Amino acid sequence: MGTGIPGAVRRALLVVTIAILAACSGAAPGTASPGAPSAAPATVAPTPASTPAASEAPSPAASGDLILATTTSTQDSGLLDVLVPAFEATTACKVKTVAVGSGAALKLGEEGNADVLMVHSPAAEKTLMEGGFGVNRQLLMHNMFLVVGPSADPAGISGMTPTKDAFTKIADTKSTFVSRGDGSGTETKEKAIWKAAGITPAGNWYVQSGQGMGPTLQIASEKKGYTLTDKATWLATKANLDLAPMVEKDPVLLNIYHMIQVNPDKWPKVNAACAAAFSDFVLSADGQKMIGEFGVAEFGEQLFVPDAGKSEDNLITP
Amino acid sequence: MTSDLVEITVLSLAVSGAATLISLLIGLPIGTWLALRRFRSRYLVLSVVNTGMALPPVVAGLVVALLLWRSGILGGLGLMYTPGAMVIAEVVIAVPVVIGLTAAGLGQLDPRLHLQLQGLGASRWQTVWWLWREARLALLAAIMAAFGSVISEVGAAMMVGGNIAHETRVLTTAIVLETGRGEFGNAIVLGLVLLALAFMINGVLTWAQQRGPKR
Repeated sequence: MGTGIPGAVRRALLVVTIAILAACSGAAPGTASPGAPSAAPATVAPTPASTPAASEAPSPAASGDLILATTTSTQDSGLLDVLVPAFEATTACKVKTVAVGSGAALKLGEEGNADVLMVHSPAAEKTLMEGGFGVNRQLLMHNMFLVVGPSADPAGISGMTPTKDAFTKIADTKSTFVSRGDGSGTETKEKAIWKAAGITPAGNWYVQSGQGMGPTLQIASEKKGYTLTDKATWLATKANLDLAPMVEKDPVLLNIYHMIQVNPDKWPKVNAACAAAFSDFVLSADGQKMIGEFGVAEFGEQLFVPDAGKSEDNLITP
Repeated sequence: MTSDLVEITVLSLAVSGAATLISLLIGLPIGTWLALRRFRSRYLVLSVVNTGMALPPVVAGLVVALLLWRSGILGGLGLMYTPGAMVIAEVVIAVPVVIGLTAAGLGQLDPRLHLQLQGLGASRWQTVWWLWREARLALLAAIMAAFGSVISEVGAAMMVGGNIAHETRVLTTAIVLETGRGEFGNAIVLGLVLLALAFMINGVLTWAQQRGPKR
């Protein structure tokens, strides 16, 4: 008796233990303590509830984890890869970006599972604000949607305006159309255009991917179908796709992004200080400059147009 | 890219390794007990465990998320979107695998061996240890199955981890990200790294499993 643990098992355990220790020491600086998010709001909760002027100065006590719920377009285009590190360099906040559709992001905000939202679904946002779940909704930036499709253009819609006529043509010719189908801001805009055209899309030609903009574009490319996409994701991923722009210049294709902070009165556990700090950062001159310059060198045009402080009525560049 | 790759790989190994170890600590004793004890609802419990092996990882992720979200019961722990949450979800996935295969592995031992050990005066722990040694083929298969099920799963890791760069991005979720961006070359490379990692670990475990005198 007493031969102990077999040598091979011992060696295997040693390998795994070393790996775990290495990972723990490597990951330690990045792993925030679980207590931080609940500690921060207790000290600075009054700030977002007070007047907008007070929220302009970043609170020096802002620290801990910040859960940013946003749409896939800001993630897939790479904009957040620029904004988030720049923000983290100025504060003690640690941003955790959860990129889901606007619908899911707004839901996370409604249930207090996120701290700040960067979304582009104005009608759904207004519902959230009316429910009192969000505070300090600010216009952030905009870009345009566009309809893309196969170069062969089976529905013959290239250059057609308004967009609802192009959609009508797609439905009439039963050309493949790939929808997001995931409750996102893009899908909401697409549904609005179908409604304006008086069509309820249904049939084998209408494909719902249920995924983000990147995968949806890939499906459209593979199936030689049309889809509605935002300019930023399109520019960032078109090199890998077999699609071409079809319908672009139409005021209805305006795509507006807002920042919303989750209301700490409804959800005391939100990191209100960091939420305000992040919102202020992206709306500040520095943040807006970063947004305006993003992608210009690489793609030759702006992916997002910074709009802080403007009125929603005069955003369109014809 | 290389430093990111190392970071992602180490995190994958750490999260899945920790989850496998914890699931062994939980699952081996329970599986052993299920195999050796006879009690009324044993078949029912075994059926539940075997069904647990078919539990879709994304469902496990969703249940853990519902608990760990701030609106959930354990929301105060602040574990959502951390590697800790991923370990919890992966333990939920791996434990049924360990229990089921351990119970099966010990269950197929000759019952007379148990009696012989007790007849020779073995204590309970000694009996269990020697039964484990006899069944080591099946137990090491259980370890490999548990590890395989968690290193390769993506649904739960995505849901409770959030695929956050430098925090909860592991090989599988990174592959999803690269694929979504259309960077298929990067995705394939990550896939190969994952396979190489699994091969190395399983190589050691298989060697441990297969060595010893041929029967």
